[in-house]
Amino acid sequence: MADTETSVSQSLASDIRSEVKKHKKKKVLLMGKSGSGKSSMRSIIFSNYIARDTRRLGATIDIDLSHVKFLGNLTLNLWDCGGQEAFTENYLSQQRVHVFSNVGVLIYVFDIESRDVDRDMATYVSIISAMMQYSPTAKVYVLIHKMDLITMNAREAVFVDRVRLVQQKTTEFTQAAGITSELDLIPFATSIWDQSLYKAWASIIHDLVPNLSVIESQLGSLGTIIEAEEMLLFERTSFLVVSSWTSEEGQGNPTGDRQERMSNILKHFKQSISRFTGTPRNAEQFILMEHKAGVRFSMFVCKFTTNTYLMVVLPPGEARFNSARLNCQIARESFKFLDGPAAGPSQGQRT
Amino acid sequence: MDSSLRGQAGALQVDLDGDNEQAESAQAGASTLTFAQRNLTRILEQNQQRQQKNIASKAPENPADGTTKGKPRLLLMGQRRSGKSSISSVVFHKLPPSETLFLESTARIQKDSLPSFMDFQVWDFPGQIDIFENPTFDIDAMFGEIGALIWVIDAQDDYMEAVARLNVTILNLQRTYPFIKIEVFIHKVDGLSDDYKLDIQRDITIRIQDELSDHGFENAPVTFHLTSIYNHSIFEAFSKVIQKLIPRLGILEAMLTNLCRTCRFEKAYLFDVTSKIYIATDSAPADMTSYEICSDYIDVIIDVTEVYGSWPRSDKYREGLEGPPWSQKLEDQAASNWAESCMVLSDGNKPIILREVDRYLALVAIMKEDSYDKIPLVNINVEVVVQGLKEFFDITKPR
Repeated sequence: MADTETSVSQSLASDIRSEVKKHKKKKVLLMGKSGSGKSSMRSIIFSNYIARDTRRLGATIDIDLSHVKFLGNLTLNLWDCGGQEAFTENYLSQQRVHVFSNVGVLIYVFDIESRDVDRDMATYVSIISAMMQYSPTAKVYVLIHKMDLITMNAREAVFVDRVRLVQQKTTEFTQAAGITSELDLIPFATSIWDQSLYKAWASIIHDLVPNLSVIESQLGSLGTIIEAEEMLLFERTSFLVVSSWTSEEGQGNPTGDRQERMSNILKHFKQSISRFTGTPRNAEQFILMEHKAGVRFSMFVCKFTTNTYLMVVLPPGEARFNSARLNCQIARESFKFLDGPAAGPSQGQRT
Repeated sequence: MDSSLRGQAGALQVDLDGDNEQAESAQAGASTLTFAQRNLTRILEQNQQRQQKNIASKAPENPADGTTKGKPRLLLMGQRRSGKSSISSVVFHKLPPSETLFLESTARIQKDSLPSFMDFQVWDFPGQIDIFENPTFDIDAMFGEIGALIWVIDAQDDYMEAVARLNVTILNLQRTYPFIKIEVFIHKVDGLSDDYKLDIQRDITIRIQDELSDHGFENAPVTFHLTSIYNHSIFEAFSKVIQKLIPRLGILEAMLTNLCRTCRFEKAYLFDVTSKIYIATDSAPADMTSYEICSDYIDVIIDVTEVYGSWPRSDKYREGLEGPPWSQKLEDQAASNWAESCMVLSDGNKPIILREVDRYLALVAIMKEDSYDKIPLVNINVEVVVQGLKEFFDITKPR
């Protein structure tokens, strides 16, 4: 079993190298009205804050620039733009070129509780217009935030309603400006108090990881070999799901939001460990977690490559569990490219 | 009985100190097991005889036994708005602490029966009613079979009246029911400085003890706990209260201490999974952080199991799994029918292990550095102790 795995991995290794490309440092803009929760979500996802701690955050002044290392070879050039009106006007006038050029992703955050929706929409449209001018190819994510403030059964309706409004405003603008290409909005309902935040960010990150198809196909072949039901590949610090694979049987799992839930569960526990050991929150907290739930299932989460953790859900069985663990250890080699600086292999080929 | 059971728990365990091969020690385990088994049956018989004798001697003087016996009762009392209902919702109904703000005030006595390793009841009293002045309350029915009285005092408020009422209650109870344990929760201490907390605790303790000794009760069973629902302290306090209600807690503790010594655990807890109350721990000093991590670990396991373990797989899939190359029933492929779990921390490679004992209980232990390699041996030992625990609960279960 282990042998087949190595041969598969070797045959794939050459494909990977050709696919690894140098990732251009496109900007990720985080915008929205003041107090809508931009810095809070950024701190939770990338700085290991817990939801409670975000109360301590003050207002962001001007633009908070950060380079977030993600998966070793991917640096997110994250621009957290303070949302007070004076700043927004400044972005749209004096700093227009500086802010809106070379944008890869725009994340626009709407506060669901906002009292002045019309004004929000007006600001949103002017930001979209600036962005269409300087980076027309950028992707736009619309996060309808603070959804926890809406009662459970009204959430879906409120969300759909608000998204329709945003979409309508966007189309009005594009038609008026005479832009033919349809602007693609990707909406998410989020809240820092549950796993919905992880869903939105995992999807944003998902689009930024360069050689995703290779990771996915490799994960798939590993999964088939070890008879796994589900495999999730997490990024080390943020615990966002980078890639996943689910077996045919595993797709029968009725829990639809399990990826975000696992991110949330593991990240919370990481913080518990940091309180126990007294080590900094951003430090690596655990190496291995295994759980065998009798005849129901077994699972393990192990440190995989330097920047990732791998979670494997298996059918029960001691022998199956142990061989899967060994195989994952061997497979580590063929996922090493996740760690190398992006330039590494591709530069080697160029010279 | 105490000493024999303790000795047998020691004999059950395979000592890790020697560099035995795993097979050898497993064999050793098997041979001692038969000895242990014999020992246990003997104890069991002895115990049954004793219990029969006890019941026979007790029955005539206390006819109310039987029906509700074995359901210890926890009474939550205190001034209104001191946080009684919040405590019971957070501890027994898993309400997030932030949402207790919206709880209505309690108008009548709330009786909660909690299915747990020992089925206990929690009675939540409205703060505005004084049961001793109100003749409609049947004091005898209320306190006759009580396990413990928990008196909640709001530390962030003026507590003079609460202390005065508590004194009246204790004095009333001491006359008729001197064995009732009184636990004072000095509550809402989150946000108070450490010094201030201790000052309040000292002040309240002195006020109550002075009053009691003035009336001639010197060593009344009153204990004080500093609690808050925003951290684990409330669970810790409840754990200590519940532990007082467990018959022969000493043996449980001795078993865990023994396990800790042979397997070189730093700390072991026996948890009630649903309420996160620990019902026993080893003799090493307990600290809050190790309790917290163990309790959070249980949460992780519960959540993961809910996501992946709660849906049925198709029959065809199962057939495939039982077919070649394994060719075994899934039940035989799995090593244990109960959940076994382990997590290795980066900090010093410390493993934390968890083992399900029965539907309600789980054993969680923190191990010493770099001991992951010995997990198979440890699992054998834990298995033996778990069997011992099961026998223990079988024996001590009220009949």
